Amino acid sequence: MTTTDFLSILPITILVAWASILLLVDVFTNKQKWLTPLLAAIGLTVTLAFSITQSGNAYAGFNGMVVVDGFTSFLNVLFAISGLAGIALAYDYNKRMGLERGEYYVLLLFSVSGMMLMAAAADLIVVFLALELLSIPLYVLAGFARPKLDSEEAALKYFLLGAFAGGFVVYGVALAFGATGSTALGEIMAAVNTGTADMTLLLIGSALILVGFGFKVAVVPFQMWTPDVYHGAPSAVTAFMAVGAKAAGFAALLRVFVAALPTLYEELVPVMWVLAALTMFVGNIVAIAQSNIKRMLAYSSIAHAGYIFMALVAFGQQAVAPDAVAAALFYLLAYAVTNFGAWSVVIALEKAEGKGLQLDDYAGLGRKYPALAAAMLVFMLSFTGIPPTLGFVGKFFLFRIVLEAGFVWLAIIGVLTSLISAYYYLRVLVIMYMRDGEPEISSPVLLKLTTGLTAVGTVVLSIVAVPLFQWASQAVMKLF
Amino acid sequence: MLPISYYVGLSAILFSIGALGVLIRRNAIIIFMSIELMLNAANLAFVAFARAHEALSGQVFVFFVMTVAAAEVAVGLALIVTIFRNKQSIDVDQMSSLKG
Repeated sequence: MTTTDFLSILPITILVAWASILLLVDVFTNKQKWLTPLLAAIGLTVTLAFSITQSGNAYAGFNGMVVVDGFTSFLNVLFAISGLAGIALAYDYNKRMGLERGEYYVLLLFSVSGMMLMAAAADLIVVFLALELLSIPLYVLAGFARPKLDSEEAALKYFLLGAFAGGFVVYGVALAFGATGSTALGEIMAAVNTGTADMTLLLIGSALILVGFGFKVAVVPFQMWTPDVYHGAPSAVTAFMAVGAKAAGFAALLRVFVAALPTLYEELVPVMWVLAALTMFVGNIVAIAQSNIKRMLAYSSIAHAGYIFMALVAFGQQAVAPDAVAAALFYLLAYAVTNFGAWSVVIALEKAEGKGLQLDDYAGLGRKYPALAAAMLVFMLSFTGIPPTLGFVGKFFLFRIVLEAGFVWLAIIGVLTSLISAYYYLRVLVIMYMRDGEPEISSPVLLKLTTGLTAVGTVVLSIVAVPLFQWASQAVMKLF
Repeated sequence: MLPISYYVGLSAILFSIGALGVLIRRNAIIIFMSIELMLNAANLAFVAFARAHEALSGQVFVFFVMTVAAAEVAVGLALIVTIFRNKQSIDVDQMSSLKG
């Protein structure tokens, strides 16, 4: 193992080692419940610092199985911050719901390490390992509120569908290996270019991998697990997995299809086009019918997966490919910030036994808690894509890329479905401000801080969006 | 020696049986077994292709898949046992407390 090898997985190593130590620490500090989350947050902060120092470099480790480039660093930062936000949301929530167990934070750290490995993976074996490393802790976290039946059901559904998706990914990898004689993305690409690859086999393999990750990022028609799992899992877990698992899934899709798309462009793009359009339609239209805020946000997350998926469609056009990746990364960032904010409001209103989750429970929030309502206003505007919010800028970059790549109809569908989405996002605002009610919230410091920071971030980052986008596009230039 | 296509064909059949099993069967354990069948179909394909390409990495991948499958079993069976304690049933059609 050379120094480069060691450096390339340093953030992941720190995180895994730290999580393993925390497992032990947690056993011996049963009385100090605040210690494990604090230590977990410190571990994540250190990882975040190392990830930041890595940015700007580009090197490969372990014979090219993992690569560190701008893409990796950008996503690593996103994942570490997601982990921190996940801890901040979970700390008081777990106390309130009687879930105060230290394993929660350890599992969260393991899951983050899987996501980071996914961002660095340049070999299909590593992609598969990272997928499982990030998913298995999430299955457990989804069922963390046991013996609550909702949570257990969510965990079982997530597990069965997740493992099913994993099966598709592995078989796809096996066929890609058969087609090219290698699982390294670089070598697959080389085999395709020299014409030694069996293209039919590779096409079937790529399609299976697409299906597997389609399940993971919840693209229609592979989305049926999402509402149930997001609804049943503890809200703090849902917030984390909605961001982390989705971003990691897209990271893998972007990486893998760098290798596959240029040659399989003709065959795959129409399929992806249909998937993206279907996802935007189904996610946004079914969300209208929801009366439970968790389910509504679940369908909204499906819809947003559809928007990000548009970037993958545009990705096939070589001329705009780097910008397409940058737009996808930027949208992931916008989605992450907004999503954590919205879930922090949900968590503030949620009460034991699943009460306080209906949309009607938000009535009167505008009068009684103006600050919280204002934050929710920002998040809903950002989800809809109304300026001055991050969501607007994200959609703007995304639609521009799709148009530049020549998919006019897809962009039109995107805009149309955004208009549809305005109906259910703005309905939350109407209920908050126009109806009378006596909502009760719990607002511990950490939760307030998360809500405040994400709300400010959603607005302020949208003002400095252009430099941020340039950072994202530099991040991608070094891909391979 | 049998041609490689026989092995790949067998693995494709196993994979299809596994995928159909997940979609058709309603018992959580049997669904889980079907998923394992899918993973093992991939393993068979890996070994066969490794032989065809004379590349060892395919055989090594099988070990990775087996390890991951074992980890999944540990978590999956634990989840199934917990839900059985609560409901006295592992029929996935009865998992319907989450509706919207």
